[in-house]
Amino acid sequence: MHELSIMDNALNLALDQAQKAGATRVYLVRLRIGALSGVVPDALQFAFEALTPGTLAEGAVLDIENIPARFWCSTCAREFQSDDFFAECPGCHEPSGDLRAGREMELASMEIE
Amino acid sequence: MCKDCGCGLPGEEPVGVRAHHHEHDHGPPHDHDHDHEDHDHHHSHGPGEHHGHEHSHSHSHPHTHSHAHEHDPAGGDLDESRRTVHVRQAILSKNDRLAERNRGFFQARGLLALNVLSSPGSGKTTFLQETVRSLAKRLKSGLIVGDLATDNDAQRLRASGAPVVQITTGTMCHLEADMIARALKQLPLDGLQLLIIENVGNLVCPAAYDLGEDLRVVLFSVTEGEDKPLKYPPMFQAADVVIISKVDLAEACEFKRDSALANVRHLAPKAKIFETSAKTGQGMPAWLDYLVQEHDQRSLKPCDSSVEL
Repeated sequence: MHELSIMDNALNLALDQAQKAGATRVYLVRLRIGALSGVVPDALQFAFEALTPGTLAEGAVLDIENIPARFWCSTCAREFQSDDFFAECPGCHEPSGDLRAGREMELASMEIE
Repeated sequence: MCKDCGCGLPGEEPVGVRAHHHEHDHGPPHDHDHDHEDHDHHHSHGPGEHHGHEHSHSHSHPHTHSHAHEHDPAGGDLDESRRTVHVRQAILSKNDRLAERNRGFFQARGLLALNVLSSPGSGKTTFLQETVRSLAKRLKSGLIVGDLATDNDAQRLRASGAPVVQITTGTMCHLEADMIARALKQLPLDGLQLLIIENVGNLVCPAAYDLGEDLRVVLFSVTEGEDKPLKYPPMFQAADVVIISKVDLAEACEFKRDSALANVRHLAPKAKIFETSAKTGQGMPAWLDYLVQEHDQRSLKPCDSSVEL
């Protein structure tokens, strides 16, 4: 259900931009989704297929770019990558809650006609 | 790659004016389109020809910007009309903007705003009832309560004497910033110092929606088990405060306290943790003192006219 409402927001944003650009059809919608955003790409795909019929994006392809999570370790003053919320700095093994990237939910681009 | 038009060229861009130079090698003759907000142009050329063109234009921001540069790898007819539009906008940007507006409103009124989140049945309403009742002489509180259906929680909270606005979300599993803005219009705000937003009982969906709160308070009870934070990491990771409720039942539930605290600290090292029982009052004074302190820190100090800039 969560992904349905996120996708509803994304699609409204996309259709709005498509309309502003004078589109008659949307072929592709590209999203950037952080590894720790809490949304499941498969569920977004399902929601996209459920929401697009009857819109300019009917039959369009949904392309999801996954953004890996990066944390900041203040002890070592370095950034490190982790795909887990249990992020431990590989240098000092201290946990870090300072997430610098990985929560993104972004409409990146579209291909339109 | 240039983020704005996707033309593949790096480049600096002066404010308000954008200039690009595009050069392409092309096979078969074809038309070439650039769609811009304020102009269009078309041209065609023969096989093997090189061509270049420059153009500059100014426009106001924000904007969408599109170019038709579709090249058919097979060298056949080109799809002239298909083009890429770069948007680069947060999916929840509308909610985020409205949340910032709420946040500014709270600040201006000296209101400390809490977004309280938990699973259904964690004891959120009882905990808030007790919080509002015990704080009555120190902070004047108001509540906004989100539920899928019924106003049972609102009625229970109203018994504490504080003003309560119920939002019935229907099928929606979370509250959004604009619902809060609308609910605020129904809440008597005069003299209000603490706004408590009781979100829909759900540890998944509300995590993504900023309401403009000062503090995100995530609550789970000892009856839910010490591994609850591990099951809902996005929610706990974003917590400013974690409340472990119903601690009077900890022994009966064989709740592993140390493990629970370690789990919370691992996900949210900076979060304040309070272990409370609304029933016995255990842990409540520390939580109440914390709220008063947070409110006082945020509220505007009286202006000293003797101070010069």
